[in-house]
Amino acid sequence: MNVTVNGQPRELPAGATVADVVELLDVTPGARGVAVALDGEVVTRSRWPATELRDGALIEVVAAIQGG
Amino acid sequence: MNIDDHLRIADRVFGSRLILGSGGFANHELLARACQESGAEICTVALRRLDPAARGSILDVLETAGLEVLPNTAGCFTARDAVVTAHLAREAFETDWIKLEVIGDDRTLLPDAVELVAAAEELVDDGFVVLPYTTDDPVLARRLEDVGCVAVMPLGSPIGSGMGIRNPYNVSIILENAGVPVILDAGVGTASDAALAMELGCDAVLCASAISRAHDPVAMARAIRLAVEAGRLARGAGRIPRRRYAQASTPEHGLADLDAPLGA
Repeated sequence: MNVTVNGQPRELPAGATVADVVELLDVTPGARGVAVALDGEVVTRSRWPATELRDGALIEVVAAIQGG
Repeated sequence: MNIDDHLRIADRVFGSRLILGSGGFANHELLARACQESGAEICTVALRRLDPAARGSILDVLETAGLEVLPNTAGCFTARDAVVTAHLAREAFETDWIKLEVIGDDRTLLPDAVELVAAAEELVDDGFVVLPYTTDDPVLARRLEDVGCVAVMPLGSPIGSGMGIRNPYNVSIILENAGVPVILDAGVGTASDAALAMELGCDAVLCASAISRAHDPVAMARAIRLAVEAGRLARGAGRIPRRRYAQASTPEHGLADLDAPLGA
């Protein structure tokens, strides 16, 4: 299936979850300071492994930067 | 300074009245040193798309320096974007505190009053501790307090402009009416601007660019820290009224008569 992760198209196997996407991005262990939105809604960390993606899903994976 | 003179926001107490904005530092090492010199206990961070190539996390820098993270919604132009970003921040940083920014125009970066109040109301309902970046409009500040914000953060002038406090009279009116802490946010260009904010009676100052983009950010962090302390002290000490004419500081009584006697 085809999804969009942080604006980039990605091809993922059927059944891929939010946790799989986070792992793909090579996030630091524990994904500290990372949050995920799926189709504009926040997915809490505890639901990452169980949240399966659908074809066309929009995933945003964000982290802290300097700002403000 | 009175050691009990602490900054209270919501249920928290802070010793420093300078809040550091982390934007604009050339690298994490400079930020770490500025944290130390500023004496700040709170530092803002923003959320952006994860960059797998980024080296080191700002969270580690702030944790090592002992500063609390205050996430912001910088870059949001609608209430909806700001609300979702606040929820992302809560998830990422495990804090209910949010510095709410909803920008209305990308040249001035001035707040969008309508979207700001809508976002603030929704976030308060969602259990957030909301600190909104606002204009220097006393009515808008009151509206934000009315919907449950724990502080108001009026600008002195546009973000990063370094133009200081362009309307100190409005800031004074906000201060006279506010029942929550007033934190001067945006526009500070140098130490004297921060001192003026505190002399006006602000509870705290948030400062980013004036420090991070200074020629020597570490020295400026110290300068602004001292300015905030000086301004706070001066406010408590009570300034003299402004007069158009002089008022002698030396008594006239006892002045020697130095006229020459007639005929001398």
